[in-house]
Amino acid sequence: MSQPVLEVKQVRKSYGSEVVLEDISFSVPVHTATVFIGSSGSGKSTLLRCINLLDQIDDGSIVLDGEDITAVDADVDKVRRKLGIVFQSFNLFPHMKVIDNITLAPMKVQGISKELARENAYKLLDRFGLHDKAENYPDRLSGGQQQRVAIIRSIAVAPRLLLLDEITSALDPVLVNEVLSTVRDLKIEGMTMVLATHEMGFAKQVADEVCFLHQGKILEWGTPAQILEAPQQAETKEFLKRVHEAGRL
Amino acid sequence: MGRPSESHFGAAPYDFGGKWVPSELEITRRAARKARNIRNSIIAVVSSIVVIGGLALIAVTSPGWKSLSDTFFAWAYGVEVLPKIILGFGTNVTLTLIASTCVAILGLSIALIRTSRSPALAPFRILATLYVDIFRGIPMLLVILLIGFGIPALRIQGLTNNVLVLGTIAVIITYTAYVAEVIRSGILTIHPSQRAAARSLGLSHFQSLRYVVLPQAFRRVTPPLLNDLVALIKDTGLVSILGVTDAVRAAQIASSRSFNYTPYVMAAIIFLLVTIPLTRFTDRTLRRSIERQNATGVA
Repeated sequence: MSQPVLEVKQVRKSYGSEVVLEDISFSVPVHTATVFIGSSGSGKSTLLRCINLLDQIDDGSIVLDGEDITAVDADVDKVRRKLGIVFQSFNLFPHMKVIDNITLAPMKVQGISKELARENAYKLLDRFGLHDKAENYPDRLSGGQQQRVAIIRSIAVAPRLLLLDEITSALDPVLVNEVLSTVRDLKIEGMTMVLATHEMGFAKQVADEVCFLHQGKILEWGTPAQILEAPQQAETKEFLKRVHEAGRL
Repeated sequence: MGRPSESHFGAAPYDFGGKWVPSELEITRRAARKARNIRNSIIAVVSSIVVIGGLALIAVTSPGWKSLSDTFFAWAYGVEVLPKIILGFGTNVTLTLIASTCVAILGLSIALIRTSRSPALAPFRILATLYVDIFRGIPMLLVILLIGFGIPALRIQGLTNNVLVLGTIAVIITYTAYVAEVIRSGILTIHPSQRAAARSLGLSHFQSLRYVVLPQAFRRVTPPLLNDLVALIKDTGLVSILGVTDAVRAAQIASSRSFNYTPYVMAAIIFLLVTIPLTRFTDRTLRRSIERQNATGVA
């Protein structure tokens, strides 16, 4: 098997005396999606922030494409160029049109010409059915459209790994589907992804591996069928039961 | 695929009765971070010495340095006149305390009038806008001169001719216009949904302002207001033009007696002793308020 895109080894993270992540290890092979599930405060977002080097880990290491990105001399900007991240709260730049939001990083970071960057951006917008929104400002778009633009913006730089942090949590149920189908398309095209989500049905569809995070530890992991349909741990069962009651399975 | 077995990475750092002990990797990394921090500090010190030392060297070796240091840095004379300057600085401090209190009250009132919607207050809104437009647009020195020499010239019975009082009034009038605008912009940055939420809980217009809008607005405008306070302390020196014996005027008198400019330098140092700590405090407040806002922004 070829080298995994991401290897997380025994990562620990604490804020003061509160341990948020403890002994987290997993690896993400190329073209696969690893989905983290767990209740709020279980450490899902912190884990993604650590992978993106927004937070400094306390122990362990994170290896991206064979390179230890938690080494002291790691070039943070270079690492982030290989990563795409989409947040719960879109974070589009409100003072820029959709097309400029997408072409900013390719032009300024990768040094691609304006024409080429725009051409690529339009290709992506076409593919996800947002062509006619290109010249609009973000506040003219629905939440679902904004989040899809945010996804397009993060993949416009052709990242090795895409991190998606509860990208549908701020959307109403009607808009959730268009965003999720965008992610499904990316998965089909072979994008390697790490996701944190509350959408169990979606997790079942895109995940190659599902990890259940509980109080900062990976309590259970396996294929979607194993975890979502035949969980072994009591905490996992309890969590899934509550999700089911909330009507999201 | 999947979670790799523990054996890949040697002993887990959790073998000690469940208590965490940093792994060797982490200990090496901490050492490397420390080494990097030390290296960075050394670079900072060396580059500061080279740049600042170089600039000092250029100044000291310049041909006019001797005569300049005689005129501006005659420390013996400076110390001799220092008590008078400090005494004058007391006037600046008093003036600042009185003016800042009045400015805070008046500035808030004008800001509230300008952000009000009530049709009955329309004439006051117009007057407040006019006031701010005029006094924000006139150099403060002119306001001081107009009030300081203009009011006594009216020769109205009962009006004071005390230049100190008139100077203070001029400073208050000008700064109220600045501060009112800072507070107003703070009020306007609070999202309308906050007011809507307060009103829908049954709070009156005034209550929503008092308990919801203003506390948030003040948190945002504290750094610029502190910035204005620093500027106010300096600008109290301008009332010396009316003949008020403040630090600037005291330095001027001492300087004209000996044709030596050291008293001015002494006065400048005294102002700096107050304004620099205040500026640092402002910076810290600003940083804190930014951190607090970011803390709520990230899930």
